[in-house]
Amino acid sequence: MSILIFTESENNKLKRNTAEVASYGTALAEKLNKDCVAVSFNADQAQELGKYGITKVLNVTNAPQQFDAHTYASVLTHYIKSLGATHIILSSSADAKFIAPLLAANTNAAYVPNVVALPLEKQPLTVKRTVFTNKAFANTTLTAEVNIIGVGNNAFGAVEQAVNCVVENTAVEHTVANLEQLSITKESGKATIADAEVVVSGGRGLKGPENWHLVENLAEVLGAATACSKPVSDMGWRSHDEHVGQTGKPVSTNLYIAIGISGAIQHLAGVNASKVKVVINNDPEAPFFKAADYGIVGDAFEVVPVLTEKLKAFKSQS
Amino acid sequence: MNILVCVSHVPDTTSKINFVENDTQFDTNGVQFVINPNDEFGLTRAIWFKEKQGAQVHVIHVGTATADPTLRKCLAIGADKAYRIDTPAIDGMTVAKELAAFVADNSYDLIIAGRESIDYNGAMVPGMLAALLDIAFVPNCVGLEFDGNNAIAEREIDGGREKLKATLPMVVGGQKGLVEESDLKIPNMRGIMQARQKPLEVINPKGFENTTKVVLFEKPAPKADVKLVPADDIDLLIELLQKEANVI
Repeated sequence: MSILIFTESENNKLKRNTAEVASYGTALAEKLNKDCVAVSFNADQAQELGKYGITKVLNVTNAPQQFDAHTYASVLTHYIKSLGATHIILSSSADAKFIAPLLAANTNAAYVPNVVALPLEKQPLTVKRTVFTNKAFANTTLTAEVNIIGVGNNAFGAVEQAVNCVVENTAVEHTVANLEQLSITKESGKATIADAEVVVSGGRGLKGPENWHLVENLAEVLGAATACSKPVSDMGWRSHDEHVGQTGKPVSTNLYIAIGISGAIQHLAGVNASKVKVVINNDPEAPFFKAADYGIVGDAFEVVPVLTEKLKAFKSQS
Repeated sequence: MNILVCVSHVPDTTSKINFVENDTQFDTNGVQFVINPNDEFGLTRAIWFKEKQGAQVHVIHVGTATADPTLRKCLAIGADKAYRIDTPAIDGMTVAKELAAFVADNSYDLIIAGRESIDYNGAMVPGMLAALLDIAFVPNCVGLEFDGNNAIAEREIDGGREKLKATLPMVVGGQKGLVEESDLKIPNMRGIMQARQKPLEVINPKGFENTTKVVLFEKPAPKADVKLVPADDIDLLIELLQKEANVI
């Protein structure tokens, strides 16, 4: 009877979101009075999870180096069964959302993603999740023998609670991959919408792709990822993977800065989970102001370069 | 090639979200229901394979008769046959099990579902279906081509793309990028007339036990009003972001 958490890694390093997943697992273990074991794959520094209350990590060393949902799921399934795990915790990253349904099918588990807090009830296990693309919450019961909780990105946060952590390197028999990776294209060194703490996003108000240096320069100063509204991606000013909103990528960062985006209901739904929203728009009637925390009614072509310069000065001081 | 497209029937993206029956049911009053947008990208790609490569396209929905207009629309867009498994969709796993039982009795080379439905955002049914059938699965699919018995599929990952090769049959979770928004088809009169003659078969469910259930809906607390900062006082914005919001 224990809790198993899946901690993701990339290039042998734990991903940033493992802090949140580990913190959730630790807090749940206290609440339910159970053990919590982390499973990582090819992670060099898995003992870092001790910072978030994890005392034991099983680090699998014989699985493929590159994330492969099918084989990783077979390894996790092995551990769920051998450890008798009843609660499985993972993130809501693209990879976690890939693997969780496979795990659920393998173990006949109940699975609820996008969970925003520790369970409200232990019996029956009841969690609060977002639904309708962040327009509402649904308290949902999980009543299977194995219950899988996907923690919403940036919903619970990292809670430091340093303990001694023992890492056991292990090898497990696993299935053969049913997908062959042909290539991977990823801009290195650039913050991604999924991972960044700040996202700077541009809309039609920027008038054309030639003006995107405004967004990019501000993003660079803040170490932010760049994003855009749906019309901007539909018109081909920016690539699809920058489109945030209901049919694009969800954003749940600490700070979301929207420049020249009016705030269609579908866009707002996709970015609602962000903690602080700043809107810069020359139209005081833009619906986005109603959903924003801070707003500037003004011309983006004048405001944004000043903001970028002043933030640069601020960052160099701090 | 035989393609099965799994469709959800969801509130239009502009719908106001409200709840009734002591916040235990979604308020459908005045709500326009549509094909789940992610499924529509998949359906459009399937119709492309029908037009270019002679594929047969079936659509399937797990749910009640309220979704029949959505299935008729799929037929009007160009699908050849529709199925509806007649049980309310309460839990992703039971939906996946119903679909898996259907697929086991039929033969499909490719099953396309959406990345996620825009109502419950579960993103689970396609992966569960693939695992139950023990076939390959590519989620967040933004590109799909065939080469004999193999498929080349592109998956959107955090910050990039991954190109994958799989052997058919397989399941993909489609989204925007699989086709462009401008490729989506609006049914024409001929399509609508033909759809009336096409088969829509209602199937009895196998009846699996649900293990997740929504017990209460909540709406987010009303937001405080926006704090407007004058356009000529950027220093104030930086101060607020640093000291009040603590985000820089």
